[in-house]
Amino acid sequence: MTIFSTDHKVIGKQYIGLALFSVLLGIVLSLVMRFHLVHPDAKVKLFGALWPDGAPGGQMTPELYLSLMTIHGTIMVFFVLTTAPQSGFGNYFLPLQIGAHDMAFPVLNMLSFWTTALSLLTLLAAFFVEGGAPLSGWTAYPPLSGLGRITGPGQGLGQDLWILSIALFCVASLMAAINFIVTIIELRAPDMGYFDMPLTCWGWFVTALISLFAFAVLLAGGILLLLDRTAGTSFFVPGGLIVNDQIQTRSGGSPILFQHLFWFFGHPEVYIAILPGMGLISTILSTFSGKKVFGYKAMAIALLAIGGLGFVVWGHHMFISGMSPYSSIAFSVLTLAVGVPSAVKTFNWLATLWGGRLRFTAAMHFALGFVSIFITGGITGLILGQPGLDIYFHDTYFVVAHFHLIMGVAAIFAIFAGLHYWFPKMYGRFLHEGLGKLHFYMTFIGVYAVFVPLHFAGFVGNPRRYPDFKEYEFLKAVMPLHIGVTHAAYFLAAAQLIFLFNYFWSQRRGAAAPANPWGATTREWRDD
Amino acid sequence: MNPAGAKTLGMWLFVLSDLLTFATLLVIYTALRLANPDWPKPFALSPSIVYATIMTIVLLASSLTMVWAVDAMGKNDRKRAVQWLLATILGGASFIALHLTEWRHLIQIDKITPASSLFGSVFFGVTGLHMAHVAAGLIYLTVLATGVARGKFSAEDIETGGLYWHFVDLVWMFVFPLVYLMAVKP
Repeated sequence: MTIFSTDHKVIGKQYIGLALFSVLLGIVLSLVMRFHLVHPDAKVKLFGALWPDGAPGGQMTPELYLSLMTIHGTIMVFFVLTTAPQSGFGNYFLPLQIGAHDMAFPVLNMLSFWTTALSLLTLLAAFFVEGGAPLSGWTAYPPLSGLGRITGPGQGLGQDLWILSIALFCVASLMAAINFIVTIIELRAPDMGYFDMPLTCWGWFVTALISLFAFAVLLAGGILLLLDRTAGTSFFVPGGLIVNDQIQTRSGGSPILFQHLFWFFGHPEVYIAILPGMGLISTILSTFSGKKVFGYKAMAIALLAIGGLGFVVWGHHMFISGMSPYSSIAFSVLTLAVGVPSAVKTFNWLATLWGGRLRFTAAMHFALGFVSIFITGGITGLILGQPGLDIYFHDTYFVVAHFHLIMGVAAIFAIFAGLHYWFPKMYGRFLHEGLGKLHFYMTFIGVYAVFVPLHFAGFVGNPRRYPDFKEYEFLKAVMPLHIGVTHAAYFLAAAQLIFLFNYFWSQRRGAAAPANPWGATTREWRDD
Repeated sequence: MNPAGAKTLGMWLFVLSDLLTFATLLVIYTALRLANPDWPKPFALSPSIVYATIMTIVLLASSLTMVWAVDAMGKNDRKRAVQWLLATILGGASFIALHLTEWRHLIQIDKITPASSLFGSVFFGVTGLHMAHVAAGLIYLTVLATGVARGKFSAEDIETGGLYWHFVDLVWMFVFPLVYLMAVKP
């Protein structure tokens, strides 16, 4: 296995490795944040050693908290949820499932992975430069992100590195998207029409189409934001702004424009994270029910519909930006319309199970867990899609709970399901089933224990992105809830150690697997 | 091996995606301009617009030579193809040289800089991104020309390069009216 390999299987594993490293780092960052929320005054020597400026004497500053949040979000969204299901599994299994020898452009594929790796390094470098990592969250709204050091310690070089990292990621994702689309259009086996492809391929196909257009717009936003910071332009920075008692001499643009660009990318990004998982879950539910997927064609069209609708709903992230109520209604109706293809998928998954001979393997557990979490997280989407409710909930933990479930946890469950399902193909051995199920139950209980209570914190108006709740009288009542959530987060993180052990132990010691261990019907299991 | 047309399809997809990047900049320009009733119109018909028209003609001429390069390669006339590729490179390089001269003039004499006004932000943002694409195209064409001279690359490779080059020219055909002609001194 060479480092700069152009083999799609190696590149797939490299992407999965990169995502695994990233997810562990993201989990650690979230644990540090959860710890700080319940012990805001704790002096931790380790924090002081890691971040001498961000945690003088071990006491974490609000700025450090925000920078941990920024990197947690950025890592999880870009380097875990975007890479593993699409580039990881997709690279490995797309050519096998459509009967191709490799991806269409192997060298481009290699370049795409290493650009992603460079992007990750650039992001992490932000921790080590003067001022540390940026504070502006994964959405990087200007003016906070547009003005430089004056707006906070991480807003100097740290924010520049963040934008550079995202721009690199955009380029890498565009290369990957082109590769996926050309592979599917040009390299399908002669006897395979579009509607003969497994739904996994449909998931990757639609995701690649979304990436092609969404990342192009984010790239433009990133370039303009970088110009605002380095060349003195003012696309997104208002004129006459006074920050820390200093007037900012800019000619005056509009921060809202950046929000439009960001969410034109940001909403489709949610589907980039979840659509490959949807395809995968369809395959797994069908395999372990011993039945064909119910309503195959409807499932494929629903993927296309979700991908298409994803480009016209970005405004629902901006209901509180002062947009016209007429626009809000339009965005709201379109947003609720996404519920239709989503419901088609959900009911078809349930219908696939109906009357089947169910085999409750670990992969099947995670697939069923995916459906459960997709429903739970999806229903709160219907709540947030309505301007009247969103205006109240927008900057609260309700939104945090919603997007973690639907975008984060659901996609992660699909990744776990996929790893259990495809591990025999990738390593010739099984992941340990017993450990897998134990990991499933602990994770399933853990995520609900973490995220369900956070909805209630949102109900009482608990704001997001606050590093310290004890300053606010009305939040005193929510502290017991947060203490519970933090303990649940520790439990959830501990459960992942089981998976880590299983993943590495099984690669060497797992039970040997036959060529087609699950009795699946897709091409990748055929002897080759 | 990939079937014929895979590379062309890949380039088409890139063009589609890049088109959206440019469109985003032009949408930003539109939004900022609509919000600004007294948007500056600093370009005199002569010399500014005349000069920009010459730049446009040079760039369009390089698209024509690119067509001939693709045509020559299609007839397997590698020598001719290299010559036309070099002519295309010359056109692109002249465009950049003319463009940079114009930039210098604007910055030093007219005092229009990226930081001076929203007009400056838009002008240098849009034309800068376009110029970066021309520069990338020059590298691309140089790789193609040296390769063709050594007997590498197929007709499809040159056609793919042509697709990129024509796209960059096409973008200019939006930039020229929107950024230059709509900023003519009344």
